[in-house]
Amino acid sequence: MTSAEWPLWEVFVRARRGLSHLHVGSLHAPDAAMAVRNARDVYTRRGEGVSIWVVPSDQITASSPDEKDAFFDPAGDKVYRHPTFYEVPAEAKHL
Amino acid sequence: MAGTDEREAAFYAIVDSDGRIEPRDDMPEAYRKTLIRQIAQHAHSEIIGMQPEGNWISRAPSLRRKAILLAKVQDEAGHGLYLYAAAETLGVSRDQLLELLHTRRQKYSSIFNYPTLTWADVGAIGWLVDGAAITNQVPLTRCSYGPYARAMVRICKEESFHQRQGFESLLTLTRGSAAQKAMAQDALDRWWYPSLAMFGPPDTGEQVSGGHTEQSMRWGIKRFSNDELRQRFVDMTVPQSEVLGLTIPDPDLRWNDERGHYDFTAPDYDELFRVIKGDGPCNAQRLAHRVAAHTEGAWVREAAAAYAAKQRAKTQTEAA
Ligand SMILES: [Fe+2]
Ligand SMILES: [Fe+2]
Repeated sequence: MTSAEWPLWEVFVRARRGLSHLHVGSLHAPDAAMAVRNARDVYTRRGEGVSIWVVPSDQITASSPDEKDAFFDPAGDKVYRHPTFYEVPAEAKHL
Repeated sequence: MAGTDEREAAFYAIVDSDGRIEPRDDMPEAYRKTLIRQIAQHAHSEIIGMQPEGNWISRAPSLRRKAILLAKVQDEAGHGLYLYAAAETLGVSRDQLLELLHTRRQKYSSIFNYPTLTWADVGAIGWLVDGAAITNQVPLTRCSYGPYARAMVRICKEESFHQRQGFESLLTLTRGSAAQKAMAQDALDRWWYPSLAMFGPPDTGEQVSGGHTEQSMRWGIKRFSNDELRQRFVDMTVPQSEVLGLTIPDPDLRWNDERGHYDFTAPDYDELFRVIKGDGPCNAQRLAHRVAAHTEGAWVREAAAAYAAKQRAKTQTEAA
């Protein structure tokens, strides 16, 4: 057989109105329309979602795990970005 | 870039702290290979496992049972897909994996090489085979490889319906006519030992025959030995058989107060190895059916790809 594999798609499902789409898995499909249909049949057979996104897997740009430390370093030492960094008297309410 | 030792240390640091390895992380080559083999074998089992039950869809005794069976078999196809997708994150393609199945270079669970002779077999498969599968799969939801663990979470959620519908179907038979009850007992008689064999060969105590258990435990792929899981399954299933009013075909089955477990007769492991090697009642038929379905479906895959290519070309000319 000479035909190449159908491309891979990443599937994102919104479980309920008010929630973000979450990655649930992937599948192969010849085009976007079929990817959405297949995603419905595979990932929402029990009412798991109200909306589906599909994205070609090769269109995703990821941060590399090799540069993990350096890449996420800037956040590491900035504890003052968290509210717990600040000490305020107990009498001061609603802070 | 970190050296090999440093990378291996980073890998074991994650595994030892019960963390998860993700697709682009460094991992030992043997870990990757073991996972590909295990996940692929698991995926193959899901899709080959559609056949014994699929055999009864057109002959289900009621529309209700038919709808349930269709939904279950469809779920198994979905399980295959989740698992193939997890294996693909390790750098193999779906086509490669199917090729390995079709040429018998990768295996699937031996249980699916037994025939479904009566309608009661469908109930027995749901109760026992899916029950054994759940016992095996629940610990895999905490497996060290992220995509595999996530696929197992999804699968386990769906499996509980499979087991319950099987139990309910058998219960209906055991509460029916004498002939129906006899059919249910006959199904249990035939499926009991092959179900016990699903946990694999003994891997604890004196009977250990090599195997991968120790290494897989070190890697956080396996959490319990085959023997522990088999015992867990027996302990869970015996009381259920009493509710059904059926007799497990093992004269030596009895509760052991000292151990706090049931004592039981081990399955015939020589038979297990024979069936794995290809000499089971249905091996040839299952594989031939799989290959035929793949070959006869080729034109559909090709037509869909051709249509997609045509649509793409059209959008490109319109945009130009
Ligand atoms: Fe399954
Ligand atoms: Fe199942």
